[in-house]
Amino acid sequence: MTTMIAALERLRPVRRTRTTHARRRESLTALGMATPAVVLLIVFVVVPLALTFALSFTDARLISPTPPHFVGLDNFTRLIQDPVFFKSLRNTAYFAAVVVPLQAGLALVLALLVNAKVRGVNFFRTVYFLPVVTSMVVVSLLWTFLYRQDGLINHMLSALTFGHVEGRDWLGDPATAMPAIILMSVWQGVGFHMIIWLAGLQTIPAELYEAADLDGAPRRHRFRHVTWPGLRATRTFVLITITIQALGLFTQINVMTEGGPLDSSTTVVYQAMRTGYEQQQTAYAAAISLVFFVLVLAVSLVQRFLTREKD
Amino acid sequence: MTSFLKNLGGHTGRVILALVFALPLVFMLVSSFKPDDQIFGDLGSLHAFLPVGALSLDNYTGVFERVPAARFLLNSVLISSITVVLGVIVNSLAAFALSRMRWPGRKLVLTAVIATLIVPFETFALPLVWWVNQLPLLRVNGFHLEWTTGWMDTYQVQILPFVANAFSVFFFHQYFQSIPKELDEAAIVDGAGWFTIYRRIVMPLSGPAVATVAILTFLPAWNSYLWPLMVVQSEDLRPVMVGISYFFQLNVGWGQIMAYSSMITVPILALFVAFQRSFVNSIASTGVKG
Repeated sequence: MTTMIAALERLRPVRRTRTTHARRRESLTALGMATPAVVLLIVFVVVPLALTFALSFTDARLISPTPPHFVGLDNFTRLIQDPVFFKSLRNTAYFAAVVVPLQAGLALVLALLVNAKVRGVNFFRTVYFLPVVTSMVVVSLLWTFLYRQDGLINHMLSALTFGHVEGRDWLGDPATAMPAIILMSVWQGVGFHMIIWLAGLQTIPAELYEAADLDGAPRRHRFRHVTWPGLRATRTFVLITITIQALGLFTQINVMTEGGPLDSSTTVVYQAMRTGYEQQQTAYAAAISLVFFVLVLAVSLVQRFLTREKD
Repeated sequence: MTSFLKNLGGHTGRVILALVFALPLVFMLVSSFKPDDQIFGDLGSLHAFLPVGALSLDNYTGVFERVPAARFLLNSVLISSITVVLGVIVNSLAAFALSRMRWPGRKLVLTAVIATLIVPFETFALPLVWWVNQLPLLRVNGFHLEWTTGWMDTYQVQILPFVANAFSVFFFHQYFQSIPKELDEAAIVDGAGWFTIYRRIVMPLSGPAVATVAILTFLPAWNSYLWPLMVVQSEDLRPVMVGISYFFQLNVGWGQIMAYSSMITVPILALFVAFQRSFVNSIASTGVKG
């Protein structure tokens, strides 16, 4: 017994050094494993984000022999005098204000329809989701054709109303260009949020519905008192993701209207791309991007605040 | 009786909505086989959605004659598959270190990684164009390697910015935490190193997480448009989405547009239908963090 304790006493310092050695190896290996992702995130997210702030106070150009100079608030004073910028802001806000409730609401209706326990429901889920897997560039080209004066939509409108509805050039008219793009964007994106709502619906325990049935609660009460409260977390997520996606509106505009007609469909990101890339004014585009970032942050914070837990 | 009527209402709604979502895509596909004058002629009737009339592959061959579409397809396949493979490796390695190993600063790193999730790409896309234009580049010039500046017009500028992804790290991290840590301890007793544990134990148990990250990396990579539009000028490096938008500007016939569109869409739709469960699960998983 004593010899065993003595033996253990002798072992202990050795064991301790081995554990510190193992710890250090563990730390070094872990650092090595995390480094590629961390370095890439720094180079391609953190630095560019810092540059959005830094470059917006300079005169940086995309291709320039001279390094950027500090110009103070010049880009921002130009921004508040730029009528196209205000049109972009207004169009972006308009797009988001319509798309967010429309897409979130329609997605919830779809989710409820495909959450029912009926045959073939999987088929409908698949079909509603098809446009999500289709690229927005392809969707935009396809709908450019559908929206033509002599396109499919006008032909169908005329057939369904026996010639009573006169078709128009939906994308060529400043009054209808934006609504047309909104409709198409919802068509493309709604399946995504249907799946999110559906995942939320499936987390609501079936017992709650059974209890409501036992109490003899009518259907609409079931929705209001069981389903809707059960979707709280999903609701916040759906709202914020659609908003961020809507505020970033670019592809549809670039493919379908190029901001026209008469700037009626220009948006913040589209204008940032036009000035920053096509006109090579990186600094001015950085200022626009900064405003965009503040806008996105502000809107998501407000939404988080409005949908917070109220007790 | 009322429940029958209710079901009938639900079914009618489901069917009408299915038509709304499917018909434009059906129209795209069937039109890709029709000559232009027939596409317009069929618009007034249900023929618009039916494969009838003078069907041929002329539109498809026309696309390949007009632009190097095969090259664009190859570029996109290359770019998106490399992004997926690197993304799965890089992000799972980081998540492994963050979720299963003890080291100073790991909480801080995890918080910082998650913090980048709130920043939309559009916020820094334009400064990023300026930035990648300043980065050093090792180029092959004849038989020499030489340093130049600027990543414009390369494959790497279309791949590397999208490899590390905060959501992927976060997702792997959550998934790895559900795998019992006792497995690691047992392996260490058996003399296995951390890298072996990652490769032989944790990754083989993480199939669904790999599928999710692969799908959520592949789709935006295949569909990417804004970024390559700005950083790729030469035709040789052009991906499919930029390729089709330039193709559209050539004033080609609508049949060819539909052919090109179908070409870059139908394979992805087929993949989706084949791996539907994984696709839907991966989308659903993005909402978990909400």
